[in-house]
Amino acid sequence: MNEVEAPLRGESIQTPWTQEGSSRIPAAVYTDRDIYERELSRIFYGRHWSYVGLEVEVPEPGCFKRTSIGERSVIMIRNRKGEVNVLENRCAHRAMRFCQERTGKVKTLVCPYHQWNYNYDGKLLGVPFKNGVKGQGGMPEDFALEDHGLNKLAVSVRNGVVFASFDHDVESFEDYLGPDILRYFDRTFDGRKLVLHGYSRQRIPGNWKLMMENIKDPYHPGLLHTWFVTFGLWRADNKSELWMDDKGRHAAMVSRRSETVDKDVTQGVTSFRENMKLNDMRLLDIVHEPWWGSPTVCMTTLFPSVILQQQVNSLSTRQIIPVGPDKFDFVWTHFGFEDDDEAMVERRMRQANLFGPAGFVSADDGEVIEFSQEGFEQDGDFSTMCELGGRDVENTDHMVTETLIRGMYRYWREVMEL
Amino acid sequence: MITDTNLRLEVIDLFARYVACLDSGNYDAWPDFFTQDCHYRVVPRENYDAGLPLSTLSLHGVPMLRDRLYGVESTLFHAPYYQRHIIGPTLIKEQGDDGLLTETNYLVVRTKRDMPSEIFNTGRYVDRIVITPQGLRFAEKACVFDSELIPNSLIYPI
Repeated sequence: MNEVEAPLRGESIQTPWTQEGSSRIPAAVYTDRDIYERELSRIFYGRHWSYVGLEVEVPEPGCFKRTSIGERSVIMIRNRKGEVNVLENRCAHRAMRFCQERTGKVKTLVCPYHQWNYNYDGKLLGVPFKNGVKGQGGMPEDFALEDHGLNKLAVSVRNGVVFASFDHDVESFEDYLGPDILRYFDRTFDGRKLVLHGYSRQRIPGNWKLMMENIKDPYHPGLLHTWFVTFGLWRADNKSELWMDDKGRHAAMVSRRSETVDKDVTQGVTSFRENMKLNDMRLLDIVHEPWWGSPTVCMTTLFPSVILQQQVNSLSTRQIIPVGPDKFDFVWTHFGFEDDDEAMVERRMRQANLFGPAGFVSADDGEVIEFSQEGFEQDGDFSTMCELGGRDVENTDHMVTETLIRGMYRYWREVMEL
Repeated sequence: MITDTNLRLEVIDLFARYVACLDSGNYDAWPDFFTQDCHYRVVPRENYDAGLPLSTLSLHGVPMLRDRLYGVESTLFHAPYYQRHIIGPTLIKEQGDDGLLTETNYLVVRTKRDMPSEIFNTGRYVDRIVITPQGLRFAEKACVFDSELIPNSLIYPI
């Protein structure tokens, strides 16, 4: 019998784009369910590397951490050989998301429903009543344990950071980043042992790409964030560089703090407070670390799932977990280095007040994303305008441009075929 | 059990005034509840239980509390909202030379303009309260919250 295959959900989408290029982004890109489903399948479950965690989170064999790639739950677990595996959190039997704890240490992975039992490599070790009971029942003769392991993802570990991909044909992680972005990745993660400092979790009611855009947008920090402009941490006159990979999907925004103020960039900027002084300067007790070189900040967006933050002495990974087209979870993992002294740990923790869901320069990023999403929802015919610095995609040695956002959407249109 | 009734009454009064201050939006008076060298933290339960040092907010001393208030009122752009704190009876765990070690359950309901009220943050205050000539003050206050996800952002003190 010939069956006509129904088109897969999300496979017959009209492009919402009305023009060439990537400088105008239609509202549907942020709101449409079918487009979102295609993003999950082509981007999050396709040939891309997604952030999973830090190796230090699973220090010993059997230690695991549960997280998500897109909307699929995965488990990062260290095996007996010391390697890190990433396994889909779905029993091969009845699809149970059997792992409910966020972290822990286990002897084997057991699905409590029917006690199917897996090792740290996701291999099925045994199932109860496989050979029946008193000659009755049991699995069919052709049942083989090796056919029913957990879904095992491709994994890449670089200098303590773990990435995974559902598609085993994905290029190497190094090729995926390209040499320029890899250089900035390695600037922070140079092989020194990392120390976990803790987590912040927030749910932001906006499309996941808006967070990527936020950290590809060097235009807003010196305007929205009073702290950045007033204390020179991020301002239009800072010496800065914007880098992308060849495809334009990843980016690094690199800049150096200005101690002096150029009138050009503060005139008319209402968030600049010339006389603002902190009552307690310890909030900005910045100590230069040798590995920085001259930049004091490097914000790296690794498409599609993570932002790497070095803002003076504050370090974090910020993981993006989409939850439908109109919201995402944003998970911050703060860390330091093994050779940090007590004062440096304290300094990193104090500067963490600037970041996260309550941060002096981050809480309002979540807010503006929420309000942008509301704007997209209220008018489906709207397109955003990202034309600061022109309509092209190019690396620059200044920050008065939205080129990185255009770069991401140039790639997005390609991979999404929209 | 601490049987000093007056002390218990003072503790009840301290918390009643603390949450009334926040819920009324009278943030300028918020630092007055703390000692000069206080430590105020808002910290996810998962970090607290695991002994991880990261807090959502970690402010040392009244001057830093004032810097936070300046940030809230003058530099952070955010949607306005009301807070309503519901607190449980305070458990006095210990009374020593360092003051009272107490725990108090709390629930903060957030109401944004045009929106139904929602549970914003829930957990327990883990406090060290000291007796000063001006009355009871918080020397340490850790707002250890169960809430797994902060609904977008946390702006005002809790």
